[in-house]
Amino acid sequence: MRRFTRLFMELDRTTRTNEKLAALRRYFAEAPAADAAWALAVLTGRRIRRAVPGARLREWVADRSGYPLWLVEECYDTVGDLAETLALLLPDPETDAEPPALHTIMDEWLAPLPGADDSGKRRVVERAWGCMDESERLVFHKLLTGGFRVGVGRKLVTRALAQEVGMEPAILAHRLTGRWAPTPETYRRLISPDAELRDAGRPYPFFLAHPLSEGPEALDGGPKAWMVEWKWDGIRAQLIHRDGERLLWSRGEEVITPAFPEIGEAAGALPSGTVLDGELLAWESTAPLRFAELQRRLGRKRPSPKIRREVPARFLAYDLLEAEGEDLRGLPQEARRRRLEALFEDLEVRPPDDGPIPVTWAVGLPLGLSPLVEAARWDALAELRTSARELGVEGFMLKHREAEYGVGRPRGAWWKWKVEPLTLDVVLLYAQKGHGRRASLYTDYTFGVWDGEELVPIGKAYSGLTDREIRRVDKWIRRNITERFGPVRAVEPELVFELAFDQIRPSSRHKSGLALRFPRMVRQRTDKPVDEADTLESARRLLAERP
Amino acid sequence: MVIRTDAGLYVPEADLYIDPLRPVHRAVVTHGHADHARRGSEHYLAAASGVGILRKRLGDEARIEAIAFGERRRLGGATLSLHPAGHILGSAQVRIEVGGEVWLVTGDYKRTPDASAEPFESLRCHTLISECTFGLPVYRWPEPDGVFREIERWWVENAAEGRTTLLCGYSLGKAQRLLAGLLPFMEGGGAPGTILVHGAVDELLPAYRAEGIAFPPTERVSVETAREHRGAALVVAPPSAAGTAWVRKLGPVSVGFASGWMRIRGRRRRRSGDRGFVLSDHVDWDGLMATIDESGAERVGLTHGQTGTAMRYLTEERGLDTFAIATREGDA
Ligand SMILES: [Zn+2]
Ligand SMILES: [Zn+2]
Repeated sequence: MRRFTRLFMELDRTTRTNEKLAALRRYFAEAPAADAAWALAVLTGRRIRRAVPGARLREWVADRSGYPLWLVEECYDTVGDLAETLALLLPDPETDAEPPALHTIMDEWLAPLPGADDSGKRRVVERAWGCMDESERLVFHKLLTGGFRVGVGRKLVTRALAQEVGMEPAILAHRLTGRWAPTPETYRRLISPDAELRDAGRPYPFFLAHPLSEGPEALDGGPKAWMVEWKWDGIRAQLIHRDGERLLWSRGEEVITPAFPEIGEAAGALPSGTVLDGELLAWESTAPLRFAELQRRLGRKRPSPKIRREVPARFLAYDLLEAEGEDLRGLPQEARRRRLEALFEDLEVRPPDDGPIPVTWAVGLPLGLSPLVEAARWDALAELRTSARELGVEGFMLKHREAEYGVGRPRGAWWKWKVEPLTLDVVLLYAQKGHGRRASLYTDYTFGVWDGEELVPIGKAYSGLTDREIRRVDKWIRRNITERFGPVRAVEPELVFELAFDQIRPSSRHKSGLALRFPRMVRQRTDKPVDEADTLESARRLLAERP
Repeated sequence: MVIRTDAGLYVPEADLYIDPLRPVHRAVVTHGHADHARRGSEHYLAAASGVGILRKRLGDEARIEAIAFGERRRLGGATLSLHPAGHILGSAQVRIEVGGEVWLVTGDYKRTPDASAEPFESLRCHTLISECTFGLPVYRWPEPDGVFREIERWWVENAAEGRTTLLCGYSLGKAQRLLAGLLPFMEGGGAPGTILVHGAVDELLPAYRAEGIAFPPTERVSVETAREHRGAALVVAPPSAAGTAWVRKLGPVSVGFASGWMRIRGRRRRRSGDRGFVLSDHVDWDGLMATIDESGAERVGLTHGQTGTAMRYLTEERGLDTFAIATREGDA
């Protein structure tokens, strides 16, 4: 714990990437594997279940420090960070006992906590306070409340560890994809130079498309060379059935099976050794529901029958990445599509439904085959695109018939041609109260994109969310204010939104060097970790995004 | 007695204002910071060891009468004495006694050690008027010795990487505290380079030396000294200098701020420096409570900072009579 706390403080106090890298390398060089495994998990964004509500912790701290609860609350208002407030308020420990190692805290103290009763939880917390100094308590509180954030991105952590153990960052990044247990054995395998890591639950890195802002006319090969799919307004996901594992992975590399148990069950109907790439959607009779509806189900551990009824989930497959345990990603797009269609035929399908976009469903399962869009000419497609809104889709995906399922976002193989062609995934940085009817709510937002390790403001928006979403975001903002400048509130950089705009131009008046015209929020991206928000570089690429 | 007026705290029995907000006939000035020492009054009273500093602020023509700490002065119907506040050199608490009733105005003060100021003296009174710049229990100061060790380590690390160390703190008080606190390190021979000082800091050093405060050898920052000591020097400068073009002459720098506000991580992170050192010349929460307890006061007035919170706490939890004293922005 002591070593990990030192790392936390070192990362926290510097804004220099080199210093962060050096601190991380030092940590990984020195830490025993059992601790390093946990540090790696936590620093790469592993979410830890919050076992003790913040309100309860505040009460315990009030008790322990002798301050009235209202004073603890006022301190929290000023400091803005609960873990820190509590660490600052607690009296110094009476002994100079050392805290146990990080892995002991994680495996033995925190892991059993969700199952403990209130007094059991309090005993663990008091025990921790008894042996930790102020900064150790800060880190402990962060782990305890599941709000662990420090100014390093997943990429930087991966780079540091890869450098330290002398391996390719890309290989390590791949190994870190998906779920792995933070044990010393796994850690050793993760960093071993040759071990072929086998994990039944692991997804493939998602292959990503580039936005197409002009029409597709300039694409190589004309319409014949391209396979066109609908671009659904849902959550990109991989559905895996392998060796008894049935998992649904979001593009944010989170397992979301618990929130969508019906999809997980349906995966069991696929032959073992199958990985589908597709879209998770909320669906009612023959058409998708709004994305906001789908989000209501995200993040729930055990969705109630009521919400499952209100927001039925469907998985529409558009790619087959693995069949019979064989990695198909090297096959051409068209061949993978044929294998995918054959897979559905084997499942037994109903004839296409009579929805606005007819979908072929597997009998008795919430699994469908995302249909292809037939268009012999680009202008026919352009025509169709104007009705995308009514059809409940965002536009089209254009996939080259010869394209492999690649890694990352190379140009040329996959394009997305959206109704809203220009969008960025941006991070909420500042909020301000609205006017009129919305004067009591935080509705005016400033967003940022990554510039190296820093978030730079790129634009403001105040429209696009539903009232329900606004209230939810407002509530979150109130709990996550870090600083006040007049009416403006800085918040923890944690929420990602998709921002659409009509135009992007260079601007010397903005710190980002870019100005957005008519920006508006398309949605909150609860499925995207903040690390994966767009970068200044990807924003600049939109300046001239043409095939 | 001490009453509140538009011009500040006033003692009618002595026709005397304490740190008046505008020119008056007679003023007692607790210390030289701009929110306490203002030009234009006819007569000033101040602690003897702070007069040199005050002259820098009030001008050579100001009529300043020096009083030794502890010396009792009869002024009309009141007895006045000044006592060390520990805030900066010569900073004073003002004790007023009228017919057996005692008021104590602390001015700015701190209770943690400072090699450049007289140590705070705890006094008893009936009514206490205390500053409360850091009036929340999250503000608890670490031992200054430990903070100095951190500063020294940071300097050594910077020098090893060829970066100049820029340490920022108020030019009056904090800067001198930093210099005096670095003396043992400099004398011990562990320092990786020379100490340079910004002009605003340098100007005040003679007033301190005249009172016997010992500093390590320093040189004033200039294009030449900056070039000569680039990458190895520690530069002490006011925080206002940090964001300016002035910094460029120091070459690559690591910037640190020494202030009580650095206790809060968010403040530390958002101050665009590399390091924050928790070193304050004001009293922390525990110190404020200790001062109140030791004074035995039944009435407590608070000034500077979030007075409302501390007042509520003292009223509800300690059963004290409290009141607030409005101040202006820019307290130091
Ligand atoms: Zn002052
Ligand atoms: Zn002041």
